[in-house]
Amino acid sequence: MSCPVAIALQYLLNALQLGSVYALIALGYSMVYGILTMINFAHGDIFMVGAYLAMWATLFLLGLPLNLPIIFIFLGSLLFTMTLTAALGVSIERLAYRPLRQAPKVSAVITALGVGLFLENFTLATIGPEPRQVPAIIPVQQYSWGGVAFTNVQLLILVVSLILMVLLDTLVRRTLTGMAMRAISYNRVIVPLMGVSVDRIISLTFAIGSAIAGAGGLLYGLAYPVLDPYMGIRIGWWAFIAAVVGGIGNIRGAVLGGYVLGTVEIFTPVLLASSTYRDSVAFSMLLILLIFKPTGLLGRPTVEKV
Amino acid sequence: MLLDIADLWVIYDRIQAVRGVDLQVAEGEIVTLIGANGAGKSSILRAISGLQPLAQGTIRFAGQDLAKWPPQIRAQRGIAHVPEGRGIFGSLTVQENLRLAAYGRRDDQIQADLDRVYALFPRLAERRQQWGSTLSGGEQQMLAVGRALMRRGRLLLLDEPSMGLAPFLVKEIFRIIQDINRQGTTVLLVEQNANQALKIAHRGYVLETGEIILAGASTALLGNPMVRKAYLGH
Ligand SMILES: Nc1ncnc2c1ncn2[C@@H]1O[C@H](COP(=O)(O)OP(=O)(O)OP(=O)(O)O)[C@@H](O)[C@H]1O
Ligand SMILES: [Mg+2]
Repeated sequence: MSCPVAIALQYLLNALQLGSVYALIALGYSMVYGILTMINFAHGDIFMVGAYLAMWATLFLLGLPLNLPIIFIFLGSLLFTMTLTAALGVSIERLAYRPLRQAPKVSAVITALGVGLFLENFTLATIGPEPRQVPAIIPVQQYSWGGVAFTNVQLLILVVSLILMVLLDTLVRRTLTGMAMRAISYNRVIVPLMGVSVDRIISLTFAIGSAIAGAGGLLYGLAYPVLDPYMGIRIGWWAFIAAVVGGIGNIRGAVLGGYVLGTVEIFTPVLLASSTYRDSVAFSMLLILLIFKPTGLLGRPTVEKV
Repeated sequence: MLLDIADLWVIYDRIQAVRGVDLQVAEGEIVTLIGANGAGKSSILRAISGLQPLAQGTIRFAGQDLAKWPPQIRAQRGIAHVPEGRGIFGSLTVQENLRLAAYGRRDDQIQADLDRVYALFPRLAERRQQWGSTLSGGEQQMLAVGRALMRRGRLLLLDEPSMGLAPFLVKEIFRIIQDINRQGTTVLLVEQNANQALKIAHRGYVLETGEIILAGASTALLGNPMVRKAYLGH
Protein backbone atom coordinates (compact mmCIF):
# COMPACT_ATOMS: atom_id res chain seq x y z
CA MET A 1 0.00 0.00 0.00
CA SER A 2 2.93 2.35 -0.16
CA CYS A 3 2.89 2.94 -3.90
CA PRO A 4 1.17 6.33 -4.52
CA VAL A 5 -0.56 5.01 -7.62
CA ALA A 6 -2.07 2.20 -5.62
CA ILE A 7 -3.22 4.66 -2.98
CA ALA A 8 -4.78 6.90 -5.60
CA LEU A 9 -6.54 3.90 -7.13
CA GLN A 10 -7.76 2.95 -3.71
CA TYR A 11 -9.38 6.35 -3.27
CA LEU A 12 -10.73 6.23 -6.78
CA LEU A 13 -12.47 2.98 -5.99
CA ASN A 14 -14.06 4.57 -2.93
CA ALA A 15 -15.06 7.54 -5.08
CA LEU A 16 -16.70 5.24 -7.62
CA GLN A 17 -18.60 3.47 -4.89
CA LEU A 18 -19.97 6.67 -3.37
CA GLY A 19 -20.43 8.18 -6.83
CA SER A 20 -22.59 5.23 -7.85
CA VAL A 21 -25.01 6.01 -5.05
CA TYR A 22 -25.07 9.70 -5.95
CA ALA A 23 -25.59 8.82 -9.59
CA LEU A 24 -28.53 6.54 -8.83
CA ILE A 25 -30.24 9.32 -6.88
CA ALA A 26 -29.27 12.04 -9.34
CA LEU A 27 -31.06 10.08 -12.08
CA GLY A 28 -34.38 10.61 -10.34
CA TYR A 29 -33.88 14.36 -9.95
CA SER A 30 -32.92 14.56 -13.57
CA MET A 31 -35.79 12.50 -14.95
CA VAL A 32 -38.43 14.40 -13.03
CA TYR A 33 -36.89 17.71 -13.98
CA GLY A 34 -36.73 16.64 -17.61
CA ILE A 35 -40.38 15.81 -17.76
CA LEU A 36 -41.93 18.41 -15.43
CA THR A 37 -39.19 21.09 -15.13
CA MET A 38 -39.60 20.72 -11.40
CA ILE A 39 -37.11 19.81 -8.69
CA ASN A 40 -38.52 16.98 -6.62
CA PHE A 41 -36.97 17.95 -3.30
CA ALA A 42 -38.56 14.92 -1.63
CA HIS A 43 -36.38 12.63 -3.73
CA GLY A 44 -33.54 12.40 -1.19
CA ASP A 45 -36.08 11.27 1.38
CA ILE A 46 -37.40 8.59 -0.93
CA PHE A 47 -33.82 7.33 -0.98
CA MET A 48 -33.84 7.34 2.83
CA VAL A 49 -37.12 5.41 2.95
CA GLY A 50 -35.58 2.95 0.49
CA ALA A 51 -32.62 2.37 2.78
CA TYR A 52 -34.95 1.53 5.69
CA LEU A 53 -37.18 -0.68 3.56
CA ALA A 54 -34.13 -2.58 2.39
CA MET A 55 -33.00 -3.01 5.98
CA TRP A 56 -36.35 -4.48 6.98
CA ALA A 57 -36.57 -6.73 3.97
CA THR A 58 -33.11 -8.07 4.71
CA LEU A 59 -33.85 -8.61 8.40
CA PHE A 60 -37.06 -10.40 7.47
CA LEU A 61 -35.44 -12.66 4.90
CA LEU A 62 -32.48 -13.40 7.15
CA GLY A 63 -34.86 -14.23 9.99
CA LEU A 64 -36.74 -16.84 8.00
CA PRO A 65 -35.78 -20.35 9.05
CA LEU A 66 -35.05 -21.28 5.47
CA ASN A 67 -31.37 -20.56 5.17
CA LEU A 68 -31.92 -18.76 1.90
CA PRO A 69 -28.97 -18.27 -0.40
CA ILE A 70 -27.35 -14.84 -0.17
CA ILE A 71 -28.13 -13.94 -3.75
CA PHE A 72 -31.80 -14.62 -3.09
CA ILE A 73 -31.82 -12.40 -0.01
CA PHE A 74 -30.10 -9.63 -1.92
CA LEU A 75 -32.38 -9.79 -4.95
CA GLY A 76 -35.47 -10.23 -2.79
CA SER A 77 -34.62 -7.13 -0.76
CA LEU A 78 -33.82 -5.21 -3.92
CA LEU A 79 -37.11 -6.12 -5.56
CA PHE A 80 -39.11 -5.34 -2.42
CA THR A 81 -37.40 -1.99 -1.94
CA MET A 82 -37.69 -0.90 -5.55
CA THR A 83 -41.35 -1.87 -5.74
CA LEU A 84 -42.30 0.02 -2.59
CA THR A 85 -40.28 3.14 -3.36
CA ALA A 86 -41.80 3.15 -6.84
CA ALA A 87 -45.26 3.06 -5.26
CA LEU A 88 -44.22 5.83 -2.87
CA GLY A 89 -42.96 8.05 -5.70
CA VAL A 90 -46.09 7.48 -7.77
CA SER A 91 -48.33 8.27 -4.79
CA ILE A 92 -46.44 11.46 -4.01
CA GLU A 93 -46.85 12.65 -7.59
CA ARG A 94 -50.52 11.72 -7.65
CA LEU A 95 -51.47 13.25 -4.32
CA ALA A 96 -49.10 16.19 -3.98
CA TYR A 97 -47.78 17.31 -7.36
CA ARG A 98 -50.48 16.50 -9.92
CA PRO A 99 -53.11 18.79 -8.38
CA LEU A 100 -50.57 21.61 -8.67
CA ARG A 101 -49.46 20.97 -12.21
CA GLN A 102 -51.11 24.10 -13.58
CA ALA A 103 -50.05 26.18 -10.57
CA PRO A 104 -46.84 28.28 -10.55
CA LYS A 105 -43.66 26.20 -10.28
CA VAL A 106 -42.85 27.61 -6.86
CA SER A 107 -45.96 25.98 -5.36
CA ALA A 108 -44.80 22.57 -6.50
CA VAL A 109 -41.30 23.16 -5.14
CA ILE A 110 -42.64 24.21 -1.73
CA THR A 111 -44.92 21.18 -1.74
CA ALA A 112 -41.95 18.96 -2.54
CA LEU A 113 -40.06 20.39 0.43
CA GLY A 114 -43.15 19.72 2.54
CA VAL A 115 -43.38 16.12 1.36
CA GLY A 116 -39.70 15.68 2.21
CA LEU A 117 -40.27 17.02 5.72
CA PHE A 118 -43.23 14.71 6.07
CA LEU A 119 -41.20 11.65 5.11
CA GLU A 120 -38.41 12.62 7.52
CA ASN A 121 -40.76 13.23 10.42
CA PHE A 122 -42.87 10.20 9.70
CA THR A 123 -39.75 8.06 9.83
CA LEU A 124 -38.65 9.87 12.96
CA ALA A 125 -42.00 9.31 14.65
CA THR A 126 -42.36 5.67 13.72
CA ILE A 127 -38.79 4.45 13.95
CA GLY A 128 -37.15 6.99 16.20
CA PRO A 129 -34.10 9.17 15.87
CA GLU A 130 -31.47 6.65 16.89
CA PRO A 131 -29.31 5.40 14.02
CA ARG A 132 -30.05 1.86 12.87
CA GLN A 133 -27.47 -0.72 12.00
CA VAL A 134 -28.06 -2.50 8.70
CA PRO A 135 -27.48 -6.25 8.94
CA ALA A 136 -24.74 -7.54 6.68
CA ILE A 137 -26.39 -9.57 3.94
CA ILE A 138 -23.11 -10.43 2.44
CA PRO A 139 -20.10 -11.61 4.40
CA VAL A 140 -17.44 -9.08 3.43
CA GLN A 141 -14.46 -10.53 1.65
CA GLN A 142 -11.29 -8.58 1.08
CA TYR A 143 -9.36 -8.92 -2.12
CA SER A 144 -6.18 -7.28 -3.18
CA TRP A 145 -4.94 -6.63 -6.64
CA GLY A 146 -1.64 -4.87 -7.26
CA GLY A 147 -1.72 -3.25 -3.85
CA VAL A 148 -5.31 -2.03 -4.24
CA ALA A 149 -7.68 -3.51 -1.68
CA PHE A 150 -11.32 -4.00 -2.51
CA THR A 151 -14.26 -5.98 -1.21
CA ASN A 152 -16.98 -8.04 -2.79
CA VAL A 153 -19.50 -5.47 -1.50
CA GLN A 154 -17.76 -2.67 -3.38
CA LEU A 155 -17.81 -4.68 -6.56
CA LEU A 156 -21.45 -5.52 -6.08
CA ILE A 157 -22.37 -1.86 -5.64
CA LEU A 158 -20.46 -0.85 -8.76
CA VAL A 159 -21.90 -3.62 -10.88
CA VAL A 160 -25.53 -3.32 -9.74
CA SER A 161 -25.45 0.46 -10.21
CA LEU A 162 -23.98 0.06 -13.65
CA ILE A 163 -26.65 -2.46 -14.64
CA LEU A 164 -29.43 -0.14 -13.48
CA MET A 165 -27.92 2.83 -15.31
CA VAL A 166 -27.53 0.91 -18.56
CA LEU A 167 -31.10 -0.37 -18.30
CA LEU A 168 -32.43 3.12 -17.72
CA ASP A 169 -30.36 4.59 -20.52
CA THR A 170 -31.66 1.93 -22.87
CA LEU A 171 -35.22 2.57 -21.76
CA VAL A 172 -34.95 6.29 -22.44
CA ARG A 173 -33.14 5.92 -25.74
CA ARG A 174 -34.67 2.85 -27.27
CA THR A 175 -38.23 2.27 -26.07
CA LEU A 176 -41.52 3.93 -26.90
CA THR A 177 -41.88 4.93 -23.25
CA GLY A 178 -38.52 6.64 -23.44
CA MET A 179 -39.53 8.44 -26.62
CA ALA A 180 -42.71 9.58 -24.91
CA MET A 181 -40.67 10.89 -21.97
CA ARG A 182 -38.38 12.86 -24.26
CA ALA A 183 -41.37 14.12 -26.23
CA ILE A 184 -43.10 15.35 -23.07
CA SER A 185 -40.00 17.20 -21.98
CA TYR A 186 -39.88 18.92 -25.38
CA ASN A 187 -43.53 19.78 -25.99
CA ARG A 188 -46.05 18.33 -23.60
CA VAL A 189 -49.12 19.84 -25.29
CA ILE A 190 -48.71 17.88 -28.52
CA VAL A 191 -47.99 14.49 -26.90
CA PRO A 192 -51.64 13.38 -26.43
CA LEU A 193 -52.11 13.71 -30.21
CA MET A 194 -49.74 10.74 -30.50
CA GLY A 195 -52.16 8.66 -28.44
CA VAL A 196 -49.94 8.92 -25.37
CA SER A 197 -51.34 9.61 -21.91
CA VAL A 198 -49.07 12.25 -20.40
CA ASP A 199 -50.23 11.39 -16.89
CA ARG A 200 -49.31 7.77 -17.38
CA ILE A 201 -45.81 8.61 -18.58
CA ILE A 202 -45.30 11.02 -15.69
CA SER A 203 -46.37 8.30 -13.24
CA LEU A 204 -43.96 5.90 -14.86
CA THR A 205 -41.17 8.45 -14.59
CA PHE A 206 -41.76 8.83 -10.87
CA ALA A 207 -41.98 5.06 -10.45
CA ILE A 208 -38.69 4.44 -12.22
CA GLY A 209 -36.82 7.36 -10.62
CA SER A 210 -38.00 6.37 -7.15
CA ALA A 211 -37.28 2.68 -7.66
CA ILE A 212 -33.72 3.54 -8.64
CA ALA A 213 -33.37 5.78 -5.58
CA GLY A 214 -34.64 2.85 -3.50
CA ALA A 215 -31.97 0.63 -5.01
CA GLY A 216 -29.50 3.38 -4.14
CA GLY A 217 -30.74 3.19 -0.54
CA LEU A 218 -30.13 -0.53 -0.38
CA LEU A 219 -26.64 -0.25 -1.86
CA TYR A 220 -25.79 2.66 0.42
CA GLY A 221 -26.79 0.54 3.41
CA LEU A 222 -24.42 -2.19 2.29
CA ALA A 223 -21.48 0.19 2.15
CA TYR A 224 -22.29 2.56 5.02
CA PRO A 225 -24.51 0.45 7.25
CA VAL A 226 -25.87 3.09 9.60
CA LEU A 227 -29.22 4.72 8.82
CA ASP A 228 -30.97 7.71 10.31
CA PRO A 229 -34.12 9.59 9.28
CA TYR A 230 -32.18 12.63 8.09
CA MET A 231 -29.67 10.78 5.92
CA GLY A 232 -31.64 11.70 2.80
CA ILE A 233 -31.05 15.40 3.21
CA ARG A 234 -27.30 15.62 2.82
CA ILE A 235 -27.06 12.79 0.32
CA GLY A 236 -30.04 14.19 -1.55
CA TRP A 237 -28.32 17.55 -1.82
CA TRP A 238 -25.14 16.01 -3.12
CA ALA A 239 -27.06 13.98 -5.65
CA PHE A 240 -29.01 17.06 -6.69
CA ILE A 241 -25.74 18.93 -7.26
CA ALA A 242 -24.55 15.92 -9.21
CA ALA A 243 -27.61 16.16 -11.45
CA VAL A 244 -27.04 19.87 -12.03
CA VAL A 245 -23.32 19.45 -12.64
CA GLY A 246 -24.04 16.76 -15.23
CA GLY A 247 -26.79 18.81 -16.85
CA ILE A 248 -30.16 18.37 -15.24
CA GLY A 249 -32.64 16.59 -17.47
CA ASN A 250 -29.87 14.52 -19.01
CA ILE A 251 -29.56 10.85 -18.03
CA ARG A 252 -25.89 10.33 -18.84
CA GLY A 253 -25.14 13.72 -17.30
CA ALA A 254 -26.62 12.60 -13.99
CA VAL A 255 -24.39 9.54 -13.97
CA LEU A 256 -21.30 11.58 -14.83
CA GLY A 257 -22.24 14.16 -12.20
CA GLY A 258 -22.65 11.42 -9.60
CA TYR A 259 -19.14 10.12 -10.20
CA VAL A 260 -17.72 13.68 -10.22
CA LEU A 261 -19.34 14.42 -6.87
CA GLY A 262 -18.19 11.11 -5.41
CA THR A 263 -14.67 12.00 -6.48
CA VAL A 264 -14.92 15.46 -4.92
CA GLU A 265 -16.19 14.04 -1.67
CA ILE A 266 -13.49 11.39 -1.39
CA PHE A 267 -10.53 13.40 -2.64
CA THR A 268 -11.13 16.78 -0.99
CA PRO A 269 -10.34 15.59 2.55
CA VAL A 270 -7.26 13.84 1.22
CA LEU A 271 -5.93 16.83 -0.69
CA LEU A 272 -6.87 19.42 1.90
CA ALA A 273 -6.06 17.16 4.86
CA SER A 274 -9.44 17.98 6.37
CA SER A 275 -13.03 17.15 5.58
CA THR A 276 -14.33 20.53 6.79
CA TYR A 277 -14.27 21.95 3.28
CA ARG A 278 -15.97 19.07 1.52
CA ASP A 279 -19.34 20.70 1.14
CA SER A 280 -17.95 24.12 0.34
CA VAL A 281 -15.75 22.62 -2.36
CA ALA A 282 -18.74 20.86 -3.87
CA PHE A 283 -20.90 23.96 -3.87
CA SER A 284 -18.11 26.21 -5.16
CA MET A 285 -17.51 23.77 -7.95
CA LEU A 286 -21.16 23.89 -8.82
CA LEU A 287 -21.14 27.70 -8.92
CA ILE A 288 -18.00 27.92 -11.03
CA LEU A 289 -19.27 25.28 -13.44
CA LEU A 290 -22.61 26.99 -13.81
CA ILE A 291 -20.92 30.30 -14.60
CA PHE A 292 -19.02 28.76 -17.50
CA LYS A 293 -21.54 26.12 -18.50
CA PRO A 294 -25.00 27.03 -17.27
CA THR A 295 -26.52 23.83 -18.70
CA GLY A 296 -24.07 21.52 -16.91
CA LEU A 297 -21.45 19.21 -18.38
CA LEU A 298 -23.69 17.31 -20.79
CA GLY A 299 -26.73 19.58 -20.85
CA ARG A 300 -28.00 20.50 -24.28
CA PRO A 301 -31.39 21.79 -23.21
CA THR A 302 -33.05 22.22 -26.57
CA VAL A 303 -31.78 19.17 -28.39
CA GLU A 304 -31.89 16.31 -25.97
CA LYS A 305 -33.65 16.28 -22.66
CA VAL A 306 -34.66 13.62 -20.16
CA MET B 1 -71.81 11.04 -40.31
CA LEU B 2 -68.31 10.28 -39.16
CA LEU B 3 -68.01 13.70 -37.58
CA ASP B 4 -71.02 15.65 -36.42
CA ILE B 5 -70.55 18.98 -34.69
CA ALA B 6 -73.53 20.83 -33.27
CA ASP B 7 -73.60 24.34 -31.81
CA LEU B 8 -69.88 24.44 -31.03
CA TRP B 9 -68.58 27.36 -28.97
CA VAL B 10 -64.92 27.92 -28.11
CA ILE B 11 -64.13 30.79 -25.78
CA TYR B 12 -60.73 32.09 -24.65
CA ASP B 13 -60.99 34.36 -21.65
CA ARG B 14 -63.32 36.87 -23.27
CA ILE B 15 -62.73 36.15 -26.96
CA GLN B 16 -65.50 34.08 -28.52
CA ALA B 17 -63.40 32.36 -31.15
CA VAL B 18 -66.05 29.90 -32.34
CA ARG B 19 -69.70 30.81 -32.07
CA GLY B 20 -72.31 28.15 -32.59
CA VAL B 21 -70.75 26.21 -35.43
CA ASP B 22 -72.54 23.22 -37.01
CA LEU B 23 -70.37 21.07 -39.21
CA GLN B 24 -70.59 17.55 -40.62
CA VAL B 25 -68.12 15.31 -42.35
CA ALA B 26 -69.26 12.04 -43.88
CA GLU B 27 -67.05 8.98 -44.04
CA GLY B 28 -64.83 9.12 -47.11
CA GLU B 29 -65.14 12.87 -47.71
CA ILE B 30 -62.58 15.62 -47.96
CA VAL B 31 -64.13 18.70 -46.39
CA THR B 32 -62.32 22.01 -46.29
CA LEU B 33 -62.72 24.85 -43.85
CA ILE B 34 -61.66 28.23 -45.17
CA GLY B 35 -61.62 31.62 -43.55
CA ALA B 36 -59.44 34.65 -42.82
CA ASN B 37 -56.79 34.82 -40.10
CA GLY B 38 -58.37 34.57 -36.69
CA ALA B 39 -61.68 33.25 -38.04
CA GLY B 40 -61.51 30.29 -35.63
CA LYS B 41 -60.43 27.45 -37.94
CA SER B 42 -57.65 26.11 -35.75
CA SER B 43 -59.86 26.44 -32.69
CA ILE B 44 -62.41 24.10 -34.28
CA LEU B 45 -59.74 21.49 -35.06
CA ARG B 46 -58.33 21.74 -31.54
CA ALA B 47 -61.80 21.25 -30.10
CA ILE B 48 -62.23 18.09 -32.20
CA SER B 49 -58.92 16.54 -31.19
CA GLY B 50 -59.41 17.61 -27.60
CA LEU B 51 -56.53 20.07 -27.22
CA GLN B 52 -59.07 22.80 -26.50
CA PRO B 53 -62.08 22.33 -24.21
CA LEU B 54 -65.43 23.41 -25.58
CA ALA B 55 -67.48 26.11 -23.93
CA GLN B 56 -70.68 24.63 -25.35
CA GLY B 57 -71.94 22.20 -27.94
CA THR B 58 -71.43 18.55 -28.84
CA ILE B 59 -68.97 16.77 -31.06
CA ARG B 60 -69.86 13.27 -32.18
CA PHE B 61 -67.37 10.96 -33.80
CA ALA B 62 -68.73 7.77 -35.37
CA GLY B 63 -71.87 8.29 -33.33
CA GLN B 64 -70.09 8.70 -29.99
CA ASP B 65 -70.09 11.89 -27.94
CA LEU B 66 -66.45 12.93 -27.52
CA ALA B 67 -67.02 14.97 -24.35
CA LYS B 68 -65.65 12.31 -22.02
CA TRP B 69 -62.67 11.31 -24.11
CA PRO B 70 -59.33 12.94 -23.30
CA PRO B 71 -57.21 13.80 -26.37
CA GLN B 72 -55.04 10.66 -26.20
CA ILE B 73 -58.15 8.46 -26.32
CA ARG B 74 -59.47 10.42 -29.30
CA ALA B 75 -56.13 9.86 -31.02
CA GLN B 76 -56.21 6.15 -30.25
CA ARG B 77 -59.76 5.79 -31.52
CA GLY B 78 -58.94 7.30 -34.87
CA ILE B 79 -58.65 11.11 -34.82
CA ALA B 80 -55.30 12.25 -36.21
CA HIS B 81 -54.50 15.95 -35.93
CA VAL B 82 -51.68 17.77 -37.68
CA PRO B 83 -51.72 20.90 -35.55
CA GLU B 84 -50.88 24.44 -36.50
CA GLY B 85 -47.16 25.00 -35.92
CA ARG B 86 -46.49 21.29 -36.59
CA GLY B 87 -45.40 20.37 -33.05
CA ILE B 88 -42.40 18.29 -34.07
CA PHE B 89 -40.47 16.83 -31.12
CA GLY B 90 -36.98 18.27 -31.50
CA SER B 91 -35.58 15.85 -28.92
CA LEU B 92 -36.59 12.86 -31.03
CA THR B 93 -35.14 11.78 -34.34
CA VAL B 94 -37.28 11.82 -37.46
CA GLN B 95 -37.76 8.08 -37.17
CA GLU B 96 -38.68 8.34 -33.48
CA ASN B 97 -41.21 11.08 -34.21
CA LEU B 98 -42.86 8.73 -36.68
CA ARG B 99 -42.63 5.71 -34.41
CA LEU B 100 -44.07 7.55 -31.42
CA ALA B 101 -47.03 8.62 -33.53
CA ALA B 102 -47.96 4.93 -33.83
CA TYR B 103 -48.07 4.63 -30.03
CA GLY B 104 -50.72 2.19 -28.84
CA ARG B 105 -51.22 0.62 -32.26
CA ARG B 106 -51.40 -3.15 -31.96
CA ASP B 107 -51.44 -4.16 -35.61
CA ASP B 108 -48.42 -5.40 -37.53
CA GLN B 109 -48.49 -2.71 -40.21
CA ILE B 110 -46.28 -0.21 -38.39
CA GLN B 111 -43.14 -1.00 -40.35
CA ALA B 112 -45.10 -1.00 -43.60
CA ASP B 113 -46.52 2.43 -42.76
CA LEU B 114 -43.04 3.74 -41.96
CA ASP B 115 -41.91 2.58 -45.36
CA ARG B 116 -44.93 4.22 -46.95
CA VAL B 117 -44.17 7.57 -45.27
CA TYR B 118 -40.54 7.36 -46.39
CA ALA B 119 -41.69 6.54 -49.90
CA LEU B 120 -43.98 9.57 -49.91
CA PHE B 121 -41.30 11.86 -48.46
CA PRO B 122 -37.84 10.72 -49.55
CA ARG B 123 -36.35 13.75 -47.79
CA LEU B 124 -37.49 12.29 -44.49
CA ALA B 125 -35.97 8.93 -45.37
CA GLU B 126 -32.58 10.58 -45.87
CA ARG B 127 -32.90 12.28 -42.51
CA ARG B 128 -34.34 9.49 -40.43
CA GLN B 129 -31.61 9.62 -37.78
CA GLN B 130 -31.53 13.42 -37.62
CA TRP B 131 -32.97 15.30 -34.61
CA GLY B 132 -36.39 16.79 -35.27
CA SER B 133 -35.09 20.18 -34.18
CA THR B 134 -32.62 20.28 -37.08
CA LEU B 135 -35.24 19.96 -39.83
CA SER B 136 -36.16 22.88 -42.05
CA GLY B 137 -39.66 24.28 -41.81
CA GLY B 138 -40.85 22.41 -44.88
CA GLU B 139 -39.30 19.15 -43.71
CA GLN B 140 -41.04 19.58 -40.37
CA GLN B 141 -44.30 20.00 -42.21
CA MET B 142 -43.69 16.73 -44.07
CA LEU B 143 -42.85 15.01 -40.80
CA ALA B 144 -46.05 16.34 -39.21
CA VAL B 145 -48.10 14.89 -42.05
CA GLY B 146 -46.08 11.68 -41.87
CA ARG B 147 -46.87 11.36 -38.18
CA ALA B 148 -50.57 11.68 -38.86
CA LEU B 149 -50.25 8.85 -41.40
CA MET B 150 -48.54 6.71 -38.77
CA ARG B 151 -51.57 7.19 -36.52
CA ARG B 152 -53.74 5.61 -39.20
CA GLY B 153 -56.70 7.65 -38.13
CA ARG B 154 -60.15 7.33 -39.59
CA LEU B 155 -60.39 11.10 -39.55
CA LEU B 156 -57.45 13.30 -40.46
CA LEU B 157 -57.49 16.91 -39.27
CA LEU B 158 -55.01 18.99 -41.25
CA ASP B 159 -54.22 22.54 -40.17
CA GLU B 160 -52.60 24.33 -43.12
CA PRO B 161 -50.48 21.42 -44.32
CA SER B 162 -49.14 23.42 -47.28
CA MET B 163 -47.81 26.23 -45.13
CA GLY B 164 -44.16 26.99 -45.77
CA LEU B 165 -43.77 24.49 -48.59
CA ALA B 166 -42.25 25.28 -51.97
CA PRO B 167 -44.85 25.45 -54.78
CA PHE B 168 -44.05 22.05 -56.25
CA LEU B 169 -44.30 20.52 -52.77
CA VAL B 170 -47.65 22.19 -52.24
CA LYS B 171 -48.96 20.37 -55.29
CA GLU B 172 -47.35 17.21 -54.00
CA ILE B 173 -48.95 17.52 -50.56
CA PHE B 174 -52.41 18.05 -52.04
CA ARG B 175 -51.88 15.00 -54.22
CA ILE B 176 -50.87 13.01 -51.12
CA ILE B 177 -53.98 14.17 -49.26
CA GLN B 178 -56.10 12.92 -52.14
CA ASP B 179 -54.25 9.62 -52.11
CA ILE B 180 -54.77 9.15 -48.40
CA ASN B 181 -58.42 9.95 -48.86
CA ARG B 182 -58.81 7.41 -51.66
CA GLN B 183 -57.28 4.80 -49.41
CA GLY B 184 -60.14 5.36 -47.00
CA THR B 185 -59.25 8.21 -44.64
CA THR B 186 -61.74 11.01 -44.13
CA VAL B 187 -60.15 14.48 -44.18
CA LEU B 188 -61.04 17.82 -42.64
CA LEU B 189 -58.69 20.34 -44.20
CA VAL B 190 -58.02 23.88 -43.01
CA GLU B 191 -56.22 25.94 -45.64
CA GLN B 192 -55.17 29.48 -46.51
CA ASN B 193 -54.72 28.16 -49.99
CA ALA B 194 -58.49 28.13 -50.64
CA ASN B 195 -58.16 27.56 -54.34
CA GLN B 196 -56.15 24.36 -54.03
CA ALA B 197 -58.19 23.17 -51.06
CA LEU B 198 -61.50 23.58 -52.85
CA LYS B 199 -60.10 21.79 -55.88
CA ILE B 200 -59.47 18.58 -53.95
CA ALA B 201 -62.35 18.85 -51.45
CA HIS B 202 -65.82 17.48 -51.95
CA ARG B 203 -67.43 20.14 -49.81
CA GLY B 204 -66.42 23.29 -47.99
CA TYR B 205 -67.39 25.63 -45.19
CA VAL B 206 -66.55 29.33 -45.03
CA LEU B 207 -65.91 30.66 -41.56
CA GLU B 208 -66.00 34.33 -40.59
CA THR B 209 -65.32 35.58 -37.06
CA GLY B 210 -66.33 32.29 -35.54
CA GLU B 211 -69.47 31.66 -37.58
CA ILE B 212 -70.19 29.59 -40.66
CA ILE B 213 -71.41 32.00 -43.28
CA LEU B 214 -71.46 29.66 -46.24
CA ALA B 215 -71.40 25.95 -46.89
CA GLY B 216 -71.73 23.80 -49.97
CA ALA B 217 -70.14 21.67 -52.63
CA SER B 218 -66.65 22.77 -53.59
CA THR B 219 -67.63 23.48 -57.16
CA ALA B 220 -70.41 25.77 -55.94
CA LEU B 221 -68.05 27.60 -53.58
CA LEU B 222 -65.42 27.95 -56.31
CA GLY B 223 -68.06 29.64 -58.45
CA ASN B 224 -69.49 31.81 -55.69
CA PRO B 225 -68.68 35.51 -56.37
CA MET B 226 -68.27 36.34 -52.68
CA VAL B 227 -65.83 33.46 -52.15
CA ARG B 228 -63.94 34.35 -55.33
CA LYS B 229 -63.52 37.92 -54.16
CA ALA B 230 -62.66 37.29 -50.50
CA TYR B 231 -60.65 34.04 -50.64
CA LEU B 232 -59.53 33.40 -54.18
CA GLY B 233 -58.40 36.93 -54.95
CA HIS B 234 -60.33 37.45 -58.15
N1 LIG C 1 -54.89 30.34 -26.65
C1 LIG C 1 -55.60 31.43 -27.00
N2 LIG C 1 -55.84 32.40 -26.09
C2 LIG C 1 -56.56 33.50 -26.42
N3 LIG C 1 -57.05 33.72 -27.64
C3 LIG C 1 -56.83 32.79 -28.58
C4 LIG C 1 -56.10 31.61 -28.32
N4 LIG C 1 -56.04 30.87 -29.44
C5 LIG C 1 -56.72 31.56 -30.38
N5 LIG C 1 -57.20 32.72 -29.87
C6 LIG C 1 -58.00 33.71 -30.58
O1 LIG C 1 -59.11 33.05 -31.13
C7 LIG C 1 -59.38 33.54 -32.43
C8 LIG C 1 -59.41 32.38 -33.41
O2 LIG C 1 -58.11 31.81 -33.48
P1 LIG C 1 -57.77 30.57 -34.43
O3 LIG C 1 -56.37 30.21 -34.17
O4 LIG C 1 -58.80 29.53 -34.24
O5 LIG C 1 -57.91 31.23 -35.87
P2 LIG C 1 -57.55 30.67 -37.30
O6 LIG C 1 -58.77 30.76 -38.10
O7 LIG C 1 -56.90 29.35 -37.20
O8 LIG C 1 -56.51 31.74 -37.81
P3 LIG C 1 -55.19 31.56 -38.72
O9 LIG C 1 -55.66 31.44 -40.12
O10 LIG C 1 -54.45 32.82 -38.50
O11 LIG C 1 -54.46 30.36 -38.24
C9 LIG C 1 -58.31 34.57 -32.72
O12 LIG C 1 -58.86 35.84 -32.51
C10 LIG C 1 -57.24 34.30 -31.73
O13 LIG C 1 -56.58 35.48 -31.35
MG1 LIG D 1 -55.05 28.65 -37.57
